Amino acid sequence: MVSLIATDVFHGLLPVLQGPLQLAAATPARITSVMPFRGRAGAVQTALGRMGLGLPEPGQSREGKAAAILWSGRGQAFLLDADPEPLAGIAALTDQSDAWAVMRLTGPGWDQVLSRLVALDLRPSGFPEGAVARSGLNHMNALFRRLADGVEIWVFRSMAATAVEELAGAMARVAARG
Amino acid sequence: MRITCPLCGSRDRREFYYYGAADYLARPAEGAGLEAWDAYLHLRDNPAGMTKDLWYHEAGCSAWIEVTRDTTSHAVLSSRLVAAVESADLPGRSAPARKKAAPRKKKGTS
Repeated sequence: MVSLIATDVFHGLLPVLQGPLQLAAATPARITSVMPFRGRAGAVQTALGRMGLGLPEPGQSREGKAAAILWSGRGQAFLLDADPEPLAGIAALTDQSDAWAVMRLTGPGWDQVLSRLVALDLRPSGFPEGAVARSGLNHMNALFRRLADGVEIWVFRSMAATAVEELAGAMARVAARG
Repeated sequence: MRITCPLCGSRDRREFYYYGAADYLARPAEGAGLEAWDAYLHLRDNPAGMTKDLWYHEAGCSAWIEVTRDTTSHAVLSSRLVAAVESADLPGRSAPARKKAAPRKKKGTS
């Protein structure tokens, strides 16, 4: 396969540092959307099980040794950093590796940053590690995954610069409050 | 206003796109008469009370949802996935958290 030179999704806008808060690029090398064909969810579950994963329930994710899988919508999951070949024929597979811009927001107060932009309670108490939510980052469609020390924020690649600007602004205002 | 998505839980109304009355789910069969199509496309009740309509969770999980709500109190009473259960969900959650809509009460004039 021809290998092309990849361009940085964020064009050098990241990382952003504001006091104890950090926003860094974290786009997985390979993203494949998995949508089980009608009546084949069981087969997909089995195939993913052999990969050390499984189909995540709504709002959940699963971590394997090298790969991970996130629930990403109704009847859909994102397989990360794994070859989707074992799922061929039982699920609709789409390579979305270049479609998403993924950031990691970490540091104390990350939840206060999100509360300025997301109409959803993403505080640690209600959004435990591994939890996933589809919602809006201001007016952008986004996906959130809770990490041990912060949150992963996914937006469409075309929205990368806007998302960084919105998040950097919110980070500055949270950091300014000390 | 908040709407409960059967998959995502309680969400802000701004995450949803309004489509119209749930009558759109009852599409006439192929070869149905003109009257059936006319009713399907154009004739709608305008109830003071319980009504059902379709919402799309566009800034969320992309599910179509049938929402039962009260036009007089603005209360959102229940919601369910429009898609068949078979394809609607992933295993481990065989039956989506759907609430049964309360039976249609005839209020006032009938």
